[in-house]
Amino acid sequence: MNKQRIQWLWFAGSLLFALMSMLIPLPAPLQPFKPYWPALFLLYWALESGDQRVNLGLAFCIGLCADLLDGVLLGEQAMRLCALVFIALRFRSRLRFFPMWQQTLAVLALLLNDRVLLLIVRTFAGEALPTASWWISPFVGAALWPFLFLLMDDLRMRLRIQ
Amino acid sequence: MALAREESSPLFAGTAAGTLRLIFYLALALVLMVLDHRNGWIWRLRNTASVLVEPVYRLASLPATGMRAASVAFSDRKVLTEQNQRLREDLLLANAKLNRMAAVAEQNQRLKELLDTQHSLELNVQLARVIDVDLGASRQRMLINVGSHDGVKKGQVVIDAHGVIGQVVEVMARTSLVMLVTDPDHAIPVVIERTGLRTVAYGSRDGALLSLPNISMAADVHPGDKLLTSGLGGRFPPGFPVGEIRSVEPAASGMFLEGKARPTADLDRSEDVLLLHDLAEPVGPPEPVTPAGPPADLAPAPSASTAPPPSTPRAAVAPATSTGTAQP
Repeated sequence: MNKQRIQWLWFAGSLLFALMSMLIPLPAPLQPFKPYWPALFLLYWALESGDQRVNLGLAFCIGLCADLLDGVLLGEQAMRLCALVFIALRFRSRLRFFPMWQQTLAVLALLLNDRVLLLIVRTFAGEALPTASWWISPFVGAALWPFLFLLMDDLRMRLRIQ
Repeated sequence: MALAREESSPLFAGTAAGTLRLIFYLALALVLMVLDHRNGWIWRLRNTASVLVEPVYRLASLPATGMRAASVAFSDRKVLTEQNQRLREDLLLANAKLNRMAAVAEQNQRLKELLDTQHSLELNVQLARVIDVDLGASRQRMLINVGSHDGVKKGQVVIDAHGVIGQVVEVMARTSLVMLVTDPDHAIPVVIERTGLRTVAYGSRDGALLSLPNISMAADVHPGDKLLTSGLGGRFPPGFPVGEIRSVEPAASGMFLEGKARPTADLDRSEDVLLLHDLAEPVGPPEPVTPAGPPADLAPAPSASTAPPPSTPRAAVAPATSTGTAQP
């Protein structure tokens, strides 16, 4: 019972941390390098725990929270995270057994796909096309992926939680 | 059946239920986005949510504020002292400037008052503020903030620090309309300062220039010559600068030289102008002598001496006064 609660806290805390990290203000030159933290953490949990914890509803809720916090169009991130989690869950078994570099590439592809979705939404909303630096963020996210994955795994091992 | 499939192996499985759910959520997100984009009722939800969200922002900005606090805490003492010193000097300088500005403002106020009520040597002037300017191709007028209540009369001359601006052509209760010297309908008798040559400067249609269309071919006029009011015609007092010759070219008719002059007054920039109060003494054409006196033997001498001057001004000034005053 206690252990389950710790597990749940750990899970929720990581997601909250992701949302917080998304909000942390950075100096303007660093802004395009900020990875999309909620997507990374959701991906991690989707690969790690699969359907038991991460499902589309959760992704939708997290996305809505992110939308509210970020002040962007309501539903935009919800849609992106849903698509991301759906693909990740669909290919979960394969992604899990990829070597790390392949997994990183897959994450990069997912994040790029996410950006394309965002671009489509923005175009429909009538916003201007973003600059080239807008595309840096997925690469930063993919570069951080192995470290994030290993760190989270290591912490989980140490805390002895599932 | 469906249950069995879901449990069987998610290895390559694509369950129809999962896809349906995805479509459902995507559609939901789309609906939300459209509603939000159209600014429906969603904004109210956002407003209430933003109250909840605010502490989260505070929390998220903690690292940044912490970094700033740390940078202050760990920054070099020397840098801080230097910065302090520099700021002190800046403050001192700014204060000094402020003081001087206050003094200048006071002086300005005093001067304005002086000017307003001044009865100086020969200039009885009144300060007026320009309210509106109409600088078109066919009309160059400005509106000033004094009128018949302030004792303004039609025909008063308006000047600024650099020269003649124009004359009052219409007086209303609190405002008056001034015709600028560059108005196409305006003419002003001038004299060229260097040579004393008398002529008439008309306003022109091409921008803010004065036109002197009838200078005789033999006249000695050069670009750079200054134009003063000649005082002929009795409307403009003599000796006020009017303009400066820009170019002299033969007129299209070939009979005269045509000069272009730039007005010296800041027609398009001045904010405060001066109204000359007492009109110029009637130095223009003298009253026609009434041949009343019987001593006919004295008459030829004064008439011979006074006759030539009036004859020229009459010729030159006639269009000026007629066009200048007949306009309104």
